Amino acid sequence: MGRVTLQNLAKQFGDVVVIPDASLDIPHGEFVAFVGPSGCGKSTLLRLIAGLEDASGGKILIDGVDMAHTPPARRGLAMVFQSYALYPHMSVRGNIAFGLRMARMPPDQIAARVEGAAKMLNLTDYLERKPRHLSGGQRQRVAIGRAIVREPKCFLFDEPLSNLDAALRVQMRLELMQLHQSLDATMIYVTHDQIEAMTMADRIVVLNHGRIEQQGAPLELYHRPQSLFVAGFIGSPRMNFITGAAAAKCGATTLGIRPEHILLEPLAAAATATAMPQSPPIWPEGIAGKIALVEHSGADSYLHVDSEMGRLVVRCDGDYQGGVGRPVSLWPHSAKLHKFDQHGMSMNHATQG
Amino acid sequence: MARRGSVIKKVGLSGVAWAIGFLLFFPILWTILTSFKSELDAFSYPPKFLVFDWTWENYEVIQQRSDYIGFAVNSLILSLGSSLLALLFAVPAAWAFAFAPGRRRKDTLMWILSTKMMPPVGALIPIYLIFRDTHMLDTRTGLILVLMLMNLPILVWMLYSYFKEIPEEIVEASRLDGAGLWQEIIFVLLPMAVPGIASTLLLNIILAWNEAFWTLNLTTTEAAPLTAFIASYSSPEGLFWAKLSAASTAAIAPILILGWFAQKQLVRGLTFGAVK
Ligand SMILES: Nc1ncnc2c1ncn2[C@@H]1O[C@H](COP(=O)(O)OP(=O)(O)OP(=O)(O)O)[C@@H](O)[C@H]1O
Ligand SMILES: [Mg+2]
Repeated sequence: MGRVTLQNLAKQFGDVVVIPDASLDIPHGEFVAFVGPSGCGKSTLLRLIAGLEDASGGKILIDGVDMAHTPPARRGLAMVFQSYALYPHMSVRGNIAFGLRMARMPPDQIAARVEGAAKMLNLTDYLERKPRHLSGGQRQRVAIGRAIVREPKCFLFDEPLSNLDAALRVQMRLELMQLHQSLDATMIYVTHDQIEAMTMADRIVVLNHGRIEQQGAPLELYHRPQSLFVAGFIGSPRMNFITGAAAAKCGATTLGIRPEHILLEPLAAAATATAMPQSPPIWPEGIAGKIALVEHSGADSYLHVDSEMGRLVVRCDGDYQGGVGRPVSLWPHSAKLHKFDQHGMSMNHATQG
Repeated sequence: MARRGSVIKKVGLSGVAWAIGFLLFFPILWTILTSFKSELDAFSYPPKFLVFDWTWENYEVIQQRSDYIGFAVNSLILSLGSSLLALLFAVPAAWAFAFAPGRRRKDTLMWILSTKMMPPVGALIPIYLIFRDTHMLDTRTGLILVLMLMNLPILVWMLYSYFKEIPEEIVEASRLDGAGLWQEIIFVLLPMAVPGIASTLLLNIILAWNEAFWTLNLTTTEAAPLTAFIASYSSPEGLFWAKLSAASTAAIAPILILGWFAQKQLVRGLTFGAVK
């Protein structure tokens, strides 16, 4: 089993409070992603769970037992580091077997497990090599192999893919998801890449200055962000924020609308009639603006439009032909509008349930 | 044109470097040459550089008069023994400084180093008295202890700087892999630090070999190393330059040869942090 529960966990370095008070319950088998901007304490939280940092306060329950002050070796966890942290003087076999040797497992069993892990990770041909003769992707696999042979209760990953190139990252992402399905183990995954978090995780925990800002399933965070911070962090490209008179008209301080929830004028007439007939229009005439920049990504195009509401990003068809300078009018999907009060908290739940 | 200028500059610089090198080496060369002269030639003026009657006589005399091998064995035991013993204490200390730092890491490191700044004479009388009362005067054990303590600060500092170069995440990975403290040090840290440890050990053997203050003051015959052997030739009964030179040459030869063979390792170890 691998249930991890944090109760009022706190960490400070000297006078600097990095994690003020974190409580979290991760049931067995869940894939949880910690996301947040750089320096928000993701790694620190993970290292606290691993036992590499001493907690300043609170409890870390692993399967119900408080292990906040247990040395890492006895917590039954495995960690994969961003830098891989392989033992440079040992072969791939030695690296993968090290944890089992420390556990004094009989050599024939060690060999069997190492072979098994190597097969699973396509490392069989490299078992006798030293890490410095491996590519980045292979090193990452060795690091994962080193973690899985020990059959830990829970895996900890600290940005394991951020040193890989884009194509490899996507591939390893899929492999990790498959691994999670086949191993039936808890995984805690730190990343600053919200796409990784969205695609892989069962649950996302958004951290901001060491506090848990919001947690929930990826789509829940996408559709119902509780604060400006989460709204701006989840989703790519970023949500558009509108302040000023238009927001005040809706009784909010800030309005948020995602680029994929704004329609361009030619389609707008039909869409307003069918897709959102009940939504009360704030902008009955649409928002007028001029295209300032166009990004083509193939499947989609993103228009950066200078409007009376400021610079807005709009997603439209990949074949969109209009160029810079063209006047357009934008039609936000009113039902997808997010409203935030002066503290940056969402007002949607109050008004829409 | 610029190219030719740079070639001339290179040749010039090399020339200067060789000249300085020769100048530094000259006293040693002169000692070696003198050791092959007769006492008469050694004194002659103008000095004879290469043209004289080469002779082994001085070496024969010093081996007869005093037991060179006995002194050399003592030197070997003292320098090796003290360096290995010091390593035993320095590795855990350096580990603690590098991977388990407390709040006073800097202060403690400075304090350790500061003990090297005290003139040894200041500690001579207490140590001499302690040695006398514990019957450690003129024993190898006693001298190994003193030499070990003398070199310990340098060892700790050197090892600490090597250990700091090792990425902490690798050590942490071993902790998560279930390694205890000693397993972490023996299976992970030490194998990765081998070049650094080797050069530290080498430097300390050389330092201990050349150490003269304590070895001269705390020994008479039993535990006396080569430093005492040389000293016995700067005799009050007249100057025997050739014999003194032969004794010096015989004393420094082993460490010179060791240094020559190990210089690559030594340079690699000493520049470990700087160049990488
Ligand atoms: N040993 C330490 N001493 C003092 N402050 C520290 C220490 N380790 C981390 N911090 C501080 O704690 C905060 C959180 O650091 P942490 O490494 O957890 O951030 P992170 O969310 O992982 O960031 P990134 O995405 O850049 O890895 C940072 O402000 C950092 O400066
Ligand atoms: Mg981090």
